[in-house]
Amino acid sequence: MDRFEYIEARLFDGENYVKRDKNVKIYDGDDKTQFTDGEVVLTTHRILWGKPGDIPKGLVCLSLHLYYVFFVEEESGGVFGLGGPKRIILNLSPALPGKRPGPAVVSAYHFVKFSFKDGIDPAFYKALKDTIAAKAWERSLATPVQSSSLASTTTSTKPSVASVNSKIRSGIVGIERSIEEQQKATDQSISVAFQDLTKLMEKAKDMVAISKAISTKIREKQGDISEDDTVRFKSYLMSLGIDDPVTRDAFRSDSDYYMGLAQQICDMMVAVLMDCGGIMSLADVWCRVNRARGLELISPEDLLNACKLLQTIDAPMSLRKFPSGACVLQLNNQRDDEVAKNISGLFEDNEFLTPVKLSQIANVSVLLAREHLLITERLGMACRDESMEGLTFYPNLFLRQVT
Amino acid sequence: MRRRAGLGAIQKQKLEQEKYREKGSEIQENQFQQMSKQLEVFRENLEEFATKHKNEIKKNAQFRRQFQEMCAAIGVDPLASGKGFWSVLGIGDFYYELGVQIVEVCLATNYKNGGLITLEELRTRLIAARGKAKKHQEITNEDLLAAVKKLRIFGNGFSVVPIGKGKWLVQSVPGELNLDHTLVLQKVSSLGTAWVSSSILTDDLGWTQTRANNALNYMIKEGLAWVDTQDSKEKLLWFPSMFSDCVSA
Repeated sequence: MDRFEYIEARLFDGENYVKRDKNVKIYDGDDKTQFTDGEVVLTTHRILWGKPGDIPKGLVCLSLHLYYVFFVEEESGGVFGLGGPKRIILNLSPALPGKRPGPAVVSAYHFVKFSFKDGIDPAFYKALKDTIAAKAWERSLATPVQSSSLASTTTSTKPSVASVNSKIRSGIVGIERSIEEQQKATDQSISVAFQDLTKLMEKAKDMVAISKAISTKIREKQGDISEDDTVRFKSYLMSLGIDDPVTRDAFRSDSDYYMGLAQQICDMMVAVLMDCGGIMSLADVWCRVNRARGLELISPEDLLNACKLLQTIDAPMSLRKFPSGACVLQLNNQRDDEVAKNISGLFEDNEFLTPVKLSQIANVSVLLAREHLLITERLGMACRDESMEGLTFYPNLFLRQVT
Repeated sequence: MRRRAGLGAIQKQKLEQEKYREKGSEIQENQFQQMSKQLEVFRENLEEFATKHKNEIKKNAQFRRQFQEMCAAIGVDPLASGKGFWSVLGIGDFYYELGVQIVEVCLATNYKNGGLITLEELRTRLIAARGKAKKHQEITNEDLLAAVKKLRIFGNGFSVVPIGKGKWLVQSVPGELNLDHTLVLQKVSSLGTAWVSSSILTDDLGWTQTRANNALNYMIKEGLAWVDTQDSKEKLLWFPSMFSDCVSA
């Protein structure tokens, strides 16, 4: 019993879970001990014994290094030779100096017994024998404990790279362990990567993957990474990034620069504009463009200059200034002739249109609706009826009779 | 595993399954907590790097992209310049960064406030989204006003309205794009009364008083609504364009 140590139930580096069993009682030699009805976990290096549930939680348990065990046998027969063997006898070599404290300081016996209430599981017994025969602790890198106590006896220096890859895990403990290890590894790689900028640059790809994995997991569980509207919106805007933003340095003249900028803005905004009704205020555009560019901000002046050039590059959108002074970026299908065509189409179903009515049909603001009606009128596709009741527009009947 | 039979075995099996389920959810819970912790670590680190190494990050195109991706995933703002020397003169990225963040806050909240926000709320939200570092807390209302000023070039689509006593409202939706008036009209037509009051708007649409008044005043100004002061409690607004609906109803 003096070979046992108290230790938290965690695997050492290179140590792997092998098998477990439950309802196990420990005998110190032939004497009963207080350690009854526990759980044993066999690893490549040790046997752990703990109260049910303690080991998966990583609480303190009893640990016996397998290098103490030189011989394993089944105790012959039950009390009357019935029901098959119930106990495994582990014959142990003397305790080594420098070991951690255990439940007993001295023991009269050189063996312990594990008694299995439900009988010995042949698979467990076999696994135990095989593990002891395999002597994994001699192959792998010395653990912190071993290196202090066994520095002289272990000669191996080969790191346990291979064993990490060839892990075989089973059972809940195995799953828990592997999750725990994964998390530890992630924690570590995050802290390494963020030591300084060069490290982060080297590991950028992994870090991007990790950051995405984390946020996906959290989104699954919680809906989103943050309760804050602004943070969510920010994160959304930034995810629509531009790979290599146009910068002033790359161009010889300002006009070339604005041209390049206009092209990029056009490429980026087409989809956005289509999503939100074909029209967007310039402040809004400026925010989105800059978010997509990341750290390469452009000034409002640059944006305005670039937008003025949109027409020269045949972009499907253009800058528009309302009489009120507000600047917007507008898709060309919102251009005057297109607008007029749409509205004259609406006259099919409506006898007449007022700005208010149109605003409700087309879900645009009243002001914009009136603007649109005036455009239609200017292009000769609607006629106004101005009266006490306000401004109404009727289809141009002359147009109809001609066709 | 040995095969067991009988009622006891079934019950035991059930119990075991129950335990497995419990264990499963316990593991998941643990994992989630770990992830949240990692998210925090990531956030802190990214915030710090964004502040300290801005220029180096800017130089390397590939890394810049990756950094942006990380920030997007975790929800960190890479724009975190301090005021710096040049900002005294209004030059430098600081005010542009603020500008971007201001517009962003306005856009993110305008589904709630219709594009009208007090400068105070704007500042609180902006700072919260910027990060925990101390220097972000030092952003003043004056800084925000200076940043908004830079947006004037876009016409009056983005403007600051003084409401007295050192308070301001920031309006981020230009009249042409403001759908509030449409919402008012929809409300009126659904009521079937042809009139509405600001209390109806605040109660039914969850608007603030300012938002409701802003929309109604505009409609009066534009001649869409007529004022009726005969009601004892409050001012009613009638919409002549809705009269016909009343008659036919």
